[in-house]
Amino acid sequence: MNTRIREVSARANWMRRRLITMIVEAGQGHPGGDLSATDIIAALYFDILRFDPAKPAAPGRDRFVMSKGHCTGALYTALAGAGFFPEEELQTYLKPESRLNGHPNRTYLPGVETNTGPLGHGLPVAVGIAVAAQIDKADYRVFVLTGDGELQEGSMWEAAMFAGHRGLGQLTVIVDRNRLQQGASTEDTNALEPLADKWRAFGWDVAEVDGHDAAALLTAFDAACQPRSRPLCIIANTQKGHGVSFMENQAGWHHGVPNADQYALAMAELEAEMAA
Amino acid sequence: MSAAIAPAGLFDCRDAYVRTVEELAVQDDRIVAVVNDSVGSSKLGKFQERFPDRLVNVGIAEQNMVGVGAGLANGGKIPFVSGASCFLSARALEQIKADCAYSHANVKLCGISSGVAYGELGATHHSIEDIAWLRAIDRLTVIVPADPWQTAEAIKAAAAHDGPVYIRISRMPVPELERDDAVFRIGKAERLRPGTDIAIIANGTLVHHAVSAARRLEVDGIAAQVINMATISPMDVEMLAQAAATGAIVTAEEGLAHGGLGGAVAEYCATHSPVRMRMLGFPGFLPTGSAQWLMNRFGLNADGITAAARDLLKVKAR
Repeated sequence: MNTRIREVSARANWMRRRLITMIVEAGQGHPGGDLSATDIIAALYFDILRFDPAKPAAPGRDRFVMSKGHCTGALYTALAGAGFFPEEELQTYLKPESRLNGHPNRTYLPGVETNTGPLGHGLPVAVGIAVAAQIDKADYRVFVLTGDGELQEGSMWEAAMFAGHRGLGQLTVIVDRNRLQQGASTEDTNALEPLADKWRAFGWDVAEVDGHDAAALLTAFDAACQPRSRPLCIIANTQKGHGVSFMENQAGWHHGVPNADQYALAMAELEAEMAA
Repeated sequence: MSAAIAPAGLFDCRDAYVRTVEELAVQDDRIVAVVNDSVGSSKLGKFQERFPDRLVNVGIAEQNMVGVGAGLANGGKIPFVSGASCFLSARALEQIKADCAYSHANVKLCGISSGVAYGELGATHHSIEDIAWLRAIDRLTVIVPADPWQTAEAIKAAAAHDGPVYIRISRMPVPELERDDAVFRIGKAERLRPGTDIAIIANGTLVHHAVSAARRLEVDGIAAQVINMATISPMDVEMLAQAAATGAIVTAEEGLAHGGLGGAVAEYCATHSPVRMRMLGFPGFLPTGSAQWLMNRFGLNADGITAAARDLLKVKAR
């Protein structure tokens, strides 16, 4: 387990440095949500998911659906790190004609399962994939990452209700519970709590973890991969902007670009964390 | 609303639809059906009996229905997602755009009881905007079959086509059209009658009325060609250019003319072959009335097409 934790942590640290650099080079991005999702995505791509980047459409692959499609900094660094496309291509993020659009596009970027961006789309698609697995008695797993604010979309609950009804045991939704949406806290905007009870009421098992603790995430994902008869919701308690002191828990960093001093400070903090 | 039995010689295209989906499902286990509590209105009861594991009923939830369809396609299935076209096209429009068309998901969207089939139920249940909305979406094939044979062929072509397709499945009774060359290809229109004085371009439930109108015009010595433009996206522009060469085009459809087939023909003609036109269709939200009454009230029948053609020919002659 220690080796696994070290690997995931190192990858997450690299993703953070790389995605902040991408955002600075592009002059735009969503660093707050990228950084809250980074550890979750690192644990999935660099430990849990079974895939071959050379065969992104292999029928038996595990699927990861990025329902919070605006957090492409975290997704693209993971896909590049996992070998779906060359790392150098990250430099093209948001540039004209780049495959690295502000929201992921499966028609030209390998590793993307479905085009997301408008919120509330990823979970229904993930449910459909899990239904296909159920019909075929296939053993691949379906993970979907949603923002917490995204759970204000009605389509998420249409899908949640149906997943519970079908007992989709191969489906795991991870809620990136950073408690902030674009402009304010989720609880001040349209409260989600009691969130775990909502999922349970829809027929799901629920686990809660520290979404920045690699060991806790791996333990929860290992459990998710065991045979189940109900879908699983993992509420990952996170911080928007995690890993960069001045971004942490600041709604203002939902989108934004660090200036030169802020960039230097962010890199220094992340390099210090890596050395520790 | 209970479905009336079609009068002798007339057919409900839903029957051809379900028969074909069942035939395809026997041959190809990737075929699945996805419905929004619409097993009955989609006539999929027998499919459900034959393939209980392959009918996915999401309940009354159209956004989820289309998202689930895209997910099933990701899992290697060929989903036929069926629901009343008013709800399928409007409620799930963003899912059709993002999850199906933009994602290039292999989903077949079947808009059941399209147009004004729900008559007296009113504008909430009419699906007259669907073609205008859906033909605006890039990389989505849009088909409006005219009769049972073409419905069956469109379903087969959609299943064989790699990519998202929207097909209108009407419940309005229509006759089987007479054809010399019975071939259906996505993107290819069929000319049902030749003629150089004027062209009548129709689709769906208006095609047989267009043929009747052309027969009446022929009595007056007017040679009207009739084109069944079953595929709206992509359009058969070659056939359109030939129609425009007559110098006069009447379009007719069971839907909004602006934005629909009429709009599509007008866009092409305005930029390639300017031509006098009349566009027959519905103007907007409609008064209370049965489907048949509404069609007659707005001239969507052989009389209306004939009158529009005569009127247009007067202008052309000036």
